[in-house]
Amino acid sequence: MAKFTKKKDGDLPAVSTASLPDIVFMLLFFFMTVTTMKDSSLMVENTLPNATEVKKLEKKDRVIYIYVGKPTQEYQKVFGSEPKIQLNDKFANVDEVGSFILAERAKKPQELQNVLTTALKVDKNANMGLITDIKQELRKVNALKVNYTTYEGDAFNNLQ
Amino acid sequence: MPRRKAAPEVNAGSMADIAFLLLIFFLVTTTIETDAGLDRMLPPIEPPDTDVVIKQKNIFTVNINKNGQLLVEDNLMELKDLRKAAIAFLENNADGSCTFCKGKKDQSSSDNPTKAIISLKNDRETKYSTYITVQNELVGAYNDLRNREAQRLYNRDFTKMEAEYLNPETPSAIRDELKDKVKRIQDMFPQKLSEAETSTN
Repeated sequence: MAKFTKKKDGDLPAVSTASLPDIVFMLLFFFMTVTTMKDSSLMVENTLPNATEVKKLEKKDRVIYIYVGKPTQEYQKVFGSEPKIQLNDKFANVDEVGSFILAERAKKPQELQNVLTTALKVDKNANMGLITDIKQELRKVNALKVNYTTYEGDAFNNLQ
Repeated sequence: MPRRKAAPEVNAGSMADIAFLLLIFFLVTTTIETDAGLDRMLPPIEPPDTDVVIKQKNIFTVNINKNGQLLVEDNLMELKDLRKAAIAFLENNADGSCTFCKGKKDQSSSDNPTKAIISLKNDRETKYSTYITVQNELVGAYNDLRNREAQRLYNRDFTKMEAEYLNPETPSAIRDELKDKVKRIQDMFPQKLSEAETSTN
């Protein structure tokens, strides 16, 4: 009996999967860090208009969102089908916009309070009357930087 | 004395499965998106102390009615012609002080780009999509002019320079260099887009 048995030829060694958990963990950490959880669910219809001359909204921590649009199907029984304002998770009237902006501004760190942008996410079927009222409220609390959030696309598609 | 048994090894075979589970959860919930839109500044609520007298010919009035029709300088206009009309107004250069303008020097239109003001008015029943389209065309008019000058001076588009300048990932050395260029182009065609109170009738 030979002391060393010769390996059979043509037998492929198994691929080591020992490092698989490491690879998966690496991916996991990547996605964990880039994930941002949605903080409020939309209660209004929100099909944004298109525009070409857009600028990107960098730095999400400096943005306050205001949603405007028709309430979605499930809320229409209670709130009707006229466009409404949504602040965080609830519907609001125009006169609540000012205090909402002030409250949100107070939550931000001191150094960011002067560079905040208000992003208006308005459904394209809303009327300008409501938007004008919101703009007036924003002027009252000195939140002058606004961003009309849009999709990127040909602006003339809006008119159809 | 009986030898103590070594602690049994934890089976790590299922670690990959657990990690995969978490990975798939985060994969599904991730949304990597940045919002984009039209940046605008609202006018401060307190009126300026001194009344500034602006000549009527330096104001380019755009009215949108509730049906989405445009009244530009008292004439009915199609939306697709607005950008061209705004550009012609901005670089009209009636007093000849603007050296880089290519306007017609029409005496009844704006004096020079720094004096030219676009005034936008809309009805309360105007649709938001129409309003955004008009805003887009007016901002586009400014961007077209600025791009033209940036191409002439620096061989690149103003909008690209500005985007790079505003991008927080741009190294600060490049950003400092861009700052002056961006400022210079902005001063050539300052964006003066005024929005008056909405008409109620």
